[in-house]
Amino acid sequence: MIHLTINDTPVTVPAGTTILHAAQKVGVRIPTLCYVERLQAIGACRVCVVEIEGMINLAASCSMPVAEGMRVRTNTRRVRQARRMVVEMLLSEHDGDCQTCDRREDCELQALSAELGIRSISFTGQKTGKRIDVSTPGLMRDHGKCIKCRRCVSVCAEIQHVGALWAQGRGFDTAIGPAFNRDLSTVACVQCGQCAAVCPVGAITEQSYIDRVWDAIDDPDKHVVVQTAPAIRAALGECFGYPPGTLVTGKMTAALRRLGFDAVFDTNFTADVTIVEESTELLARLRTALVDKQPVALPMFTSCSPGWILFAEYFHPQILPNLSTCKSPQQMFGALAKTYYAQKLGVTPEQIFVASVMPCTAKKFECQRPEMCASGTRDVDAVLTTRELGKMIRAAGIDFDALPDEEMDAPLGLSSGAADIFANTGGVMEAALRTAYEVVTGRPLPMDNLHVTPVAGLAGVKEAAVTIDQALPDWSFLNGVEVRVAVAHGLNNAHQLVEAVLAGEKQYHFVEVMTCPGGCIGGGGQPRFTDDNVRKARIAAIYREDEGKTLRKSHENPALKTLYEEFLGQPLGERSHHLLHTTYEARSPV
Amino acid sequence: MAAEGMSCAACQEVDDEQRYAQLDDILTQYQGVQGALIPVLQMAQAIFGYLPDAALRRISTALGKSYSEVAGVVGFYSFFTTVPRGRHLIRVCLGTACYVRGGKNVLAALRSALRVEVGETTPDQMFSLDVGRCFGACGLAPVIMVDDDVHERVRPGQLMGILDKYRGGGATEQDAAQSEPMREEE
Ligand code: SF4
Ligand code: SF4
Ligand code: SF4
Repeated sequence: MIHLTINDTPVTVPAGTTILHAAQKVGVRIPTLCYVERLQAIGACRVCVVEIEGMINLAASCSMPVAEGMRVRTNTRRVRQARRMVVEMLLSEHDGDCQTCDRREDCELQALSAELGIRSISFTGQKTGKRIDVSTPGLMRDHGKCIKCRRCVSVCAEIQHVGALWAQGRGFDTAIGPAFNRDLSTVACVQCGQCAAVCPVGAITEQSYIDRVWDAIDDPDKHVVVQTAPAIRAALGECFGYPPGTLVTGKMTAALRRLGFDAVFDTNFTADVTIVEESTELLARLRTALVDKQPVALPMFTSCSPGWILFAEYFHPQILPNLSTCKSPQQMFGALAKTYYAQKLGVTPEQIFVASVMPCTAKKFECQRPEMCASGTRDVDAVLTTRELGKMIRAAGIDFDALPDEEMDAPLGLSSGAADIFANTGGVMEAALRTAYEVVTGRPLPMDNLHVTPVAGLAGVKEAAVTIDQALPDWSFLNGVEVRVAVAHGLNNAHQLVEAVLAGEKQYHFVEVMTCPGGCIGGGGQPRFTDDNVRKARIAAIYREDEGKTLRKSHENPALKTLYEEFLGQPLGERSHHLLHTTYEARSPV
Repeated sequence: MAAEGMSCAACQEVDDEQRYAQLDDILTQYQGVQGALIPVLQMAQAIFGYLPDAALRRISTALGKSYSEVAGVVGFYSFFTTVPRGRHLIRVCLGTACYVRGGKNVLAALRSALRVEVGETTPDQMFSLDVGRCFGACGLAPVIMVDDDVHERVRPGQLMGILDKYRGGGATEQDAAQSEPMREEE
């Protein structure tokens, strides 16, 4: 243990702790800007500087480790002036429009300026040139607002193993962006929006489809339905000041009705459909391998996360046959809303407008993929992020706090707890095992409260195994088989896992991948700022939602049973093949 | 002979094929090697005379570095260029001494004689124009450098004569010596 003092207060911390974290222990706040939990601290912005007795230069506390006997001061005139100078310099270059900026409510640069009490800027520097990039469906970049903190560079390279953003050029002309400062569409970007999630300012955010949704709502000829992903209900409250991890399912439903949607449905419904289709597909692949002894692509990888799909298409095209052919729940919903539901309503697919609320920017990309027109028209018309829904509710003058809890509409609004946990890393795996195990053995998954605890939580790669015994006659070939599964979240973790599988170092039957750290609850479209404490709170909320339901298994959802009886026939049948399954294409990363 | 080679499209293609084959050899050698990006870029520039986009993409794939990272590194170091260079690089000194003693006028004359801006190359790929900061010959200002030759006390009126020396078959010994190894490899 290391002993030091911070502002004369003694503190003892393990060796290797940074001054920033040691200060937090004794309640001393040091402002930061480029620093982000989980990423390599680069000490680039110099906002977190402190004075250390005996050292000539101020030190960046985010990257400087403590040392025995160190005497640190965080609040001297020199420190205050240095911090102010850094922030004033940033403000002088910043090409901002605070009154209309997307980040006006949660801008870290504004907050920092306020925290340091800056009232005037002593530099009259050149402004960073304004340049807007709307070349991809998911993201909007505004170069003029970039303060070059490089958080996005680190997250894209280290957490996502993509490297779409990098420092380009040198000196004052350095710009953070894709190769040669071209548009984002010219490089391999998986549209995950993790860059937008960590950007402290309005330099990267989602492309907004709010106007498109208002237009549809105001169009009397359109029947406008909305679906909400499971992760929204555990995060939307944060837009209205509720603590992270508050479940607002009922209020969210009420708010959507008051916004004017004609029907409020749930992506959870098609999450249940996904589980039924996907576990059938897994079992079919296992039968092909074990009974027919035919070559078949195993392990099977989940396919609900569109950023992961793009990642595989760009960087691991050789595993595309291993991806489940199931569309994501969002796209299954769109396809069913414009066919099954349209038929019930007696309208054409074109008369229905499907809006989605997703925790995700990649979903904006996904819905415009050319193959996502199974209904004969675009299956999903517009995707809003959680943040955008929060803004719409605010703009409609709805007092969120005062809303009653309401229920979603039938039939596409009914779901099981297994669908809720799609939001968490490990959740799709758990939901699939709940159904697959029961299909094979006729008994419920023999785990504590149906939870597959080894694949839950924030570890990067997680594994579990289930041994099958006393299988039903149809599945007797699985008797004694140890079904091995793995779960990865964050694409760098997924990348390592894929490499290990390809190298033959790891053997699994089924692998779940979610693009974002923590799963969808940590998506690029969620309220800012998402750190591990927020992730844990949202994850816990989602498990509470699951446990609070009597219906915990996808295949028991009565609305789903009706759907198969009335419309789809069998899982993997002719109709579901056409509406619910898809294909992938290899893409060149350069 | 060399001039013919440069202007013949078919030969250019053959040359390019050989150059990319050379690059691929290097990339095979450096696959999986830590810190390979900068040396590989330097070698690629030596092969092509500049860094063509297709070469950058190939390097990105082979070394497992994103295209944006490769571009970022290329943009960070001033010795990398992504624009094809002409056979001869003309650099006009704009250090203080040269600037006040007519360097500016020399540059203006070159721009209009070659019809290119600083950083550009003539359409016949003969000359690239660039500026420099002090070649250490302030006593002889204004100075321009063509390839490795220093030309002192240059007046705009002399420029045509200087350029002609480098045009066509009339290359200097220096120039011949420089391009010799390349021709042997070809
Ligand atoms: S990024 Fe922040 S400081 Fe800049 S314009 Fe937007 S709100 Fe204002
Ligand atoms: S969306 Fe994801 S892949 Fe694209 S630049 Fe941002 S972090 Fe990188
Ligand atoms: S885009 Fe945002 S996160 Fe990236 S460097 Fe600029 S300010 Fe930082």
